[in-house]
Amino acid sequence: MKTLRWGLIDLLVVVYALVPVLWIVSLSLKTPATLTDGKFIPQEWTLEHYRAIFSTDMFLRALVNSIGIALIATAIAVVLGMLAAYAIARLSFPGKRVLVGLSLLIAMFPQISLISPLFDIERQLGLFDTWAGLIIPYVTFALPLAIYTLSAFFRQIPWELEKAAQMDGATQAQAFRRVIVPLAAPGVFTTAILVFIFAWNDFLFAISLTSTERSRTVPATLSFFTGASQFEDPTGAISAAAVVITIPVVLFVLFFQRRIVAGLTSGAVKG
Amino acid sequence: MAEIVLDKVTKSFPDGTVAVREFDLTIADGEFLILVGPSGCGKSTTLNMIAGLEEITTGELRIDGRRVNEKAPKDRDMAMVFQSYALYPNMSVRENIAFPLRLRKVAPDVVSSKVDEMARLLELSQVLDRKPANLSGGQRQRVAMGRAIVRDPKAFLMDEPLSNLDAKLRVQMRTLVSRLQRRLGTTTVYVTHDQTEAMTLGDRLVVMRGGVVQQIGPPQELYDSPANLFVAGFIGSPPMNFLYATPGADGLESPLGTLPLRFSQPVILGARPEHFADAAMIDEETRRRGIEFDATPDVVESMGSDKYAYFVVQGPRATSAELEELAADSGAADLPTDGTQLVARLPAASDARENQPIRLWFDVARAHAFDPQTGQVATADGR
Ligand SMILES: Nc1ncnc2c1ncn2[C@@H]1O[C@H](COP(=O)(O)OP(=O)(O)OP(=O)(O)O)[C@@H](O)[C@H]1O
Ligand SMILES: [Mg+2]
Repeated sequence: MKTLRWGLIDLLVVVYALVPVLWIVSLSLKTPATLTDGKFIPQEWTLEHYRAIFSTDMFLRALVNSIGIALIATAIAVVLGMLAAYAIARLSFPGKRVLVGLSLLIAMFPQISLISPLFDIERQLGLFDTWAGLIIPYVTFALPLAIYTLSAFFRQIPWELEKAAQMDGATQAQAFRRVIVPLAAPGVFTTAILVFIFAWNDFLFAISLTSTERSRTVPATLSFFTGASQFEDPTGAISAAAVVITIPVVLFVLFFQRRIVAGLTSGAVKG
Repeated sequence: MAEIVLDKVTKSFPDGTVAVREFDLTIADGEFLILVGPSGCGKSTTLNMIAGLEEITTGELRIDGRRVNEKAPKDRDMAMVFQSYALYPNMSVRENIAFPLRLRKVAPDVVSSKVDEMARLLELSQVLDRKPANLSGGQRQRVAMGRAIVRDPKAFLMDEPLSNLDAKLRVQMRTLVSRLQRRLGTTTVYVTHDQTEAMTLGDRLVVMRGGVVQQIGPPQELYDSPANLFVAGFIGSPPMNFLYATPGADGLESPLGTLPLRFSQPVILGARPEHFADAAMIDEETRRRGIEFDATPDVVESMGSDKYAYFVVQGPRATSAELEELAADSGAADLPTDGTQLVARLPAASDARENQPIRLWFDVARAHAFDPQTGQVATADGR
């Protein structure tokens, strides 16, 4: 009885979350003529929209930009976040609380208010419309989140493991790399996924800090999708592109999920 | 192999806690030294300072005559066994034991032969490829030992290594530790809470209280002639009995009767449980050496080989800061008895029964006397 009730609730949540996704998939498979028929299941199926988006350079180029920028931003944010989170979890130094507070403040800052100053700064520095021009703000805004999640993971690792590694003859750096980092792996992957999704889905910075295909990412490119003529509805193409860009995120999560094995630290101490 | 010298070693934490105060000790090469004391007395802190995991505030630590205060743990070449074992959960047993060797860049074939040797010695051959999570408590403990022994360190440091094991395993491991240490002859500092480990394992015993060393010596010496009330009450299980006694016309007036001892001031008498006897079971000559008294045990525990008889005698209770601290540590603070609760160890053949009066005997010559103010051993007048 109880499992049945939980099953129903689960089903409800899954349906609620999946309906919009399925709707997009459905839209991307409809022919232009039936696009607005309001039917959930397409009456006439076509892969035309997919062919269309991949036939232009614009989308492919944006896909490459998106993947490159999101991966690099993720790597930088996770490495920096790991070092900062380790310090926060392990050391006591003056101003620690202030530092954590400030970094959380950055995460709460309304990003829109930073767009025009960032625009000017990047123009001055020649970063406008470059990969670095997007990677830098992504790292900035992802770091607080990364530090926060990672320090929660680091705090769970028993202190004594590091002491044991030092007694076994490791330097602090070796103890960190060979004992702590492998144990923090679930946290590292979780954080990587969160940061990647943030960078991958960002529209605000992407639309404001780019101007050409050189660095424009997929979310920004979608807004430039128009039909073949101005009377043609781009909905089908946009839907197809939206489906395509969810695939890397799903793959990314599936790939790392295997490594997020709960209880990796069990057995370290008595238990 | 190493001689370790602690020269007035002191540790104060930033918050002002002085965890260890002027610790002076020379640990001889190959010696097995035991550190005991109540919780929070600074045992782990002392061990961590020797290891290099905790900085020494003042004083000097020398290994083989060389000052090592500033050396990192890895340069001190000591191995540590932690209470929690601290095994690397992401590595197999084999990798755990090999880790110290791999860090030292030992050749792979040497590593694997050494690991195999350890596994044989510690009976871990069957589980070499398992992760620590899939081991029993005793196996984890042995892996921790293996990891410490495998690289032949200058010294072993062990912080309550057996305290997470159940009673039976603990006995097994205790003999294993003892045998290994004798065989390897490596200097060992061993922290424990356990009376039996303290008495049986070490060459010498250090009793600490509140960061201060109380007495250092072979276990038997500390048991037979404790320097103060604290050591007297801490060493021994069941612990020594304490009685308040005042000088009178014919000797020392105690709740057990008048003892033929001369003191000019009140003392706290210490009486080991085994220095009592069932008066009916000893011969006339021995009986004259001590005093006899009547008691009614309220609890008699039969241990098979012995009987522990608990009884209450009337009279003022012995109180001192040391005794209160000991009571708090053993969790026996404020037992609601008026009078003093005593325990006597009697032979199994004794007739002692609960709520049955019995005549007991106490060996006065074995009594200890302490000054209630200072807690130090009190010396009798004209004796
Ligand atoms: N980082 C620290 N900062 C402040 N005080 C500390 C710190 N670490 C330990 N102490 C204090 O130092 C004293 C000694 O601690 P220690 O861990 O050495 O005790 P212990 O004898 O090992 O006790 P136990 O038997 O419970 O393990 C304690 O009073 C403890 O509260
Ligand atoms: Mg301790």
